Amino acid sequence: MPAILSIRDLCKTYDDGFEALKSITLDIEEGEILALLGPNGAGKTTLISTICGITTPTTGSVSVGGHDILTSYRAARAMIGLVPQEVALEPFERVINTVRLSRGLFGKPRNDAHIEDILRKLSLWDKKDSQLSMLSGGMKRRVLIAKALSHEPRVLFLDEPTAGVDVELRKDMWDIVADLKSSGVTIILTTHYIEEAEAIADHVGIITKGELLLVEDKAKLMAQLGQKQIEVQVSEVITSVPDALQDHALELTPSGEALIYTYDTRAERTGITKLLNDIAAAGLILRDVQTRQSSLEDIFVGLVSGEKS
Amino acid sequence: MNWTAVAAIYRFEMARFFRTFMQSFLSPVLSTSLYFVVFGAAIGSRIQEVEGVSYGAFIVPGLIMLSVMTQAISNASFGIYFPKFIGTIFEMLSAPVSFLEIVLGYVGAAATKALFIGIVILFTASFFVDIQIAHPGAMVLFLLLTCLSFALLGFILGIWARSFEQLQLVPLMIVTPLVFLGGSFYSITMLPPIWQKVTMFNPVVYLVSGFRWSFFGIADVPIMFSLLAIAGFTVLCMAVIWWIFKTGWRIRN
Repeated sequence: MPAILSIRDLCKTYDDGFEALKSITLDIEEGEILALLGPNGAGKTTLISTICGITTPTTGSVSVGGHDILTSYRAARAMIGLVPQEVALEPFERVINTVRLSRGLFGKPRNDAHIEDILRKLSLWDKKDSQLSMLSGGMKRRVLIAKALSHEPRVLFLDEPTAGVDVELRKDMWDIVADLKSSGVTIILTTHYIEEAEAIADHVGIITKGELLLVEDKAKLMAQLGQKQIEVQVSEVITSVPDALQDHALELTPSGEALIYTYDTRAERTGITKLLNDIAAAGLILRDVQTRQSSLEDIFVGLVSGEKS
Repeated sequence: MNWTAVAAIYRFEMARFFRTFMQSFLSPVLSTSLYFVVFGAAIGSRIQEVEGVSYGAFIVPGLIMLSVMTQAISNASFGIYFPKFIGTIFEMLSAPVSFLEIVLGYVGAAATKALFIGIVILFTASFFVDIQIAHPGAMVLFLLLTCLSFALLGFILGIWARSFEQLQLVPLMIVTPLVFLGGSFYSITMLPPIWQKVTMFNPVVYLVSGFRWSFFGIADVPIMFSLLAIAGFTVLCMAVIWWIFKTGWRIRN
């Protein structure tokens, strides 16, 4: 399937010489959810702004649905919806009018039924005649989403959609994203929250200092880079790993109450059976056994700190 | 052309105007009435006639020009500056609209508001003095071109301004003095000869003179000069806007 969003060698250098994007190349297939992870100032928002036409690229090209964002900007932009990071809304305008404006700007004829549907889904219908300045922060963010969805985009950018929102809205947002995905909308979201990427993304991209370190299928990434640990708690405190267990790469917890064994989930033999047998043979009595999968956060921290060193 | 977008911007901008309709309507009525009380009654009783026209009627075209110019500038400059200031401009930049469409929406709305105010002033003035319009076609043309060109100028200022202070600066420090010194309330033949020459460098003189000619058939400068001046000014503003959008000056990073 051809990529719905195709980015080739995209660079952005600001007038002061700051390189915000360094030769980004990325393909996103239709209907997938890509989460872009990265620390503050990594270039996530610059990347989105450049694709959406707010920032002009220095070099490189971007096409959306096969339309180049510069030479066929109308066709390209008509496919895109953008929920920005900053909550920017005309304070004295009413909710429904600002949503209608968005639809009109994207050249779509007035469609009250569609607008009502979106506002209802976002629990905004009761507030449709409210002044935007009277809404809470969470409600304003919903309005931004309603605006972005007003013109039925095929590609939706969510720039830090759940930054500073409460748990309820975050859950709602995830449901909305799942709904959109089922209707075939491609979603690119940036986030600080690794659990968010873990919960909803199909692919994860890691960006830092303007460079895209990797883009990988989320499950594959976790399998590839993810290691599993088994923590064996023993009933007596020990001061060192017994000699009989030296063949296993074990770590002793500082309290001396548990041994930690790290293994590769993809390996043919994980060595767990032998380890447990050897522990029993060494005369240690097991009190509890726990396993732990390394999270996307561990992977992310590992990659970013690896980049720094 | 994305006419739907032009209409959407226009409607959105006009909604701001209608939200404060009473203020938009009452303000020119009140200020026109005050001008007539002060200029018409107090000063007019001493001047009586200028070139065969009663002083009260003589100042009507100047009054309309004064308000139309300042309103067109302030509406258009605020209209585009405010989205820049609060950040909603991102939507315009990411929408499938050309710069021409953005300008048409914003400038069209600002020009409409200015036109409305001009008509309100004309209507209000008709309660105070007898108004005759010798050349209605020319009068409408001058009024429309003034609304349009000054809305274009306002749009440029709104793009240029980086603060509310700058936004006020040009209208306050340049446009208002030019309008007051541009023969809005007097004929330049009433000035000493040297000032008559100096005032010819004021572009507003040509607009006020041409507009007054359309009412009373009297002018300080030949009507063709006036038409050329307003047409030239409109083209100049359009050229500047074309350049702004071509380069993305103060809009796109």
